[in-house]
Amino acid sequence: MSAARLAAPRWLPAFVGLGSGLAFLVAVELLIRAGAINRFIVPLPSEVIASFARVITEEDIPRRLAQTAWECLAASLLLTLFGVAIGALMHRVPLIRRACETWVAGFASAPLVLAYPLFLVLFGRSTLTIIMLAFLSGLPPVILKTVEGLVSTRRVLINVGRSFKLTGAQQFWKILFPSALPTIFVGIRLGMIFALINVVAVEFLINFGGLGQLINELAERYDLPGTYAAISFVVLVSIAFFIVTERAERWLRS
Amino acid sequence: MPAAATNDRVVPAPPAEPAILVVDDLVMRFGTSDGGVTALDHVSFKVRPGEFLAIIGPSGCGKSTLFNILGGLLTGYQGAVSVAGQSVAGPHASIGMVFQEESTFPWRNVVDNVAFPLEISGVAKAERIEKARHFIAMVGLHGFEKRYPSELSGGMRQRVAMARTLASKPKILLMDEPFAALDEQTRLLLGDKVLQIQQELKQTTLLITHNITEAVQLADRILVMTYRPGRTKRIVDIDLPRPRTSEIVSSEAFGRYVAQIWNDLREEASRGLSDDETRKLHAHDPHEPRS
Repeated sequence: MSAARLAAPRWLPAFVGLGSGLAFLVAVELLIRAGAINRFIVPLPSEVIASFARVITEEDIPRRLAQTAWECLAASLLLTLFGVAIGALMHRVPLIRRACETWVAGFASAPLVLAYPLFLVLFGRSTLTIIMLAFLSGLPPVILKTVEGLVSTRRVLINVGRSFKLTGAQQFWKILFPSALPTIFVGIRLGMIFALINVVAVEFLINFGGLGQLINELAERYDLPGTYAAISFVVLVSIAFFIVTERAERWLRS
Repeated sequence: MPAAATNDRVVPAPPAEPAILVVDDLVMRFGTSDGGVTALDHVSFKVRPGEFLAIIGPSGCGKSTLFNILGGLLTGYQGAVSVAGQSVAGPHASIGMVFQEESTFPWRNVVDNVAFPLEISGVAKAERIEKARHFIAMVGLHGFEKRYPSELSGGMRQRVAMARTLASKPKILLMDEPFAALDEQTRLLLGDKVLQIQQELKQTTLLITHNITEAVQLADRILVMTYRPGRTKRIVDIDLPRPRTSEIVSSEAFGRYVAQIWNDLREEASRGLSDDETRKLHAHDPHEPRS
């Protein structure tokens, strides 16, 4: 049998992925209908799907989505700006790097969202609280990946710059930064994903803003299909966000 | 055979024309945990304008150290290096370096890679693109201007690196085994390209290599170095006709030069090999106390 005949068609992985998702939903539907899962805790997937249109039209999804997107964008801009700058500083000053790298790495795994009461005191129940928490949560991966990218710039490229008598600033902007950019982008992507998670989580916790607040409101009304539809909507937004940033990263690496 | 034989420590007689590069009594020591290594030991030579000098020696003879010192990337040596009468105390605009490792910028296409030194010098965009295209054509890559390094072969990438260095119009082209990673046929053919460029530009060139065939194919003179510490063992004049092509490798005279240089190198290479094996043996001997 030839290799061409053995090779799976290009659409097969996507088909298997979607198919297994659908199979899971069908299995949950059947288990609920059979009474194996309590329908007062988990609504029927068919009801969740049916409530999508209602949630979108009645709960002002476009405005809420725009609010969450704006908070994510603001947090992403901040974490890119500060993360890359701090990473570059840590690369430039080895003492700072040695002193802080472990702290930053530890910071990356800390559940910062639990500090939301402090942020409420500092910034009030406002968009700023959400943006600041999302920004700080997404900051460590950007810093760490910026340092990693700059440190792993090949010595020969730095020597090329030295041989052309580049100034320190030229060496950074013409060689170090573009060389590190694919790795930095991995950090930015991770940071943006952390930011998105934290934006929704804080919106939910402080009952303010976009999609997170919607989930909170629907849960408080005990509208289970609506709550799950809103959660599914957030998951779909996250998946779309992940795909877009992954494509951008792949383009950057090519 | 015309060969300016010297003993191990005697500095060869200076060439008749005024030298563009003077390396005077260079000594370089590196501190190590077990006392220190002398990489270069009183190395002296001169290079005439337009000359092609190959520096050959076994692994560990200090070739790369010499390359880095001449390029101004390494300091802390004794002795002096001067280009056209100016002392070299750091990277120097008169010396263009082509590195052994792949050194093109992967985020720039061919034309932007080659235009890089012109961009740094502040040359206007249209002018630098035009000049870059000229050097791209010179290294035989016309039509590849918009390609990225990842789309090129290893030999093509090295030619891009060479074009980039030539675009900076160096007085001396300094190359550190630029074709070491390539197969023999490609290496011979790229040698033709180097010869053609060198003759077209009358470019003073220093080639650091461990490949005897490459050195004899390209050079006017070959400086043979000893194994550690690196010293000038002999300087051999290569009296083969120019313009040369890779066809010269099948000539009788070429074979005689290769044999002569191998005679000089064999003893040094054997010392290097033996030294390397001894170090590996001790590194894996469980009874040997580790330093």
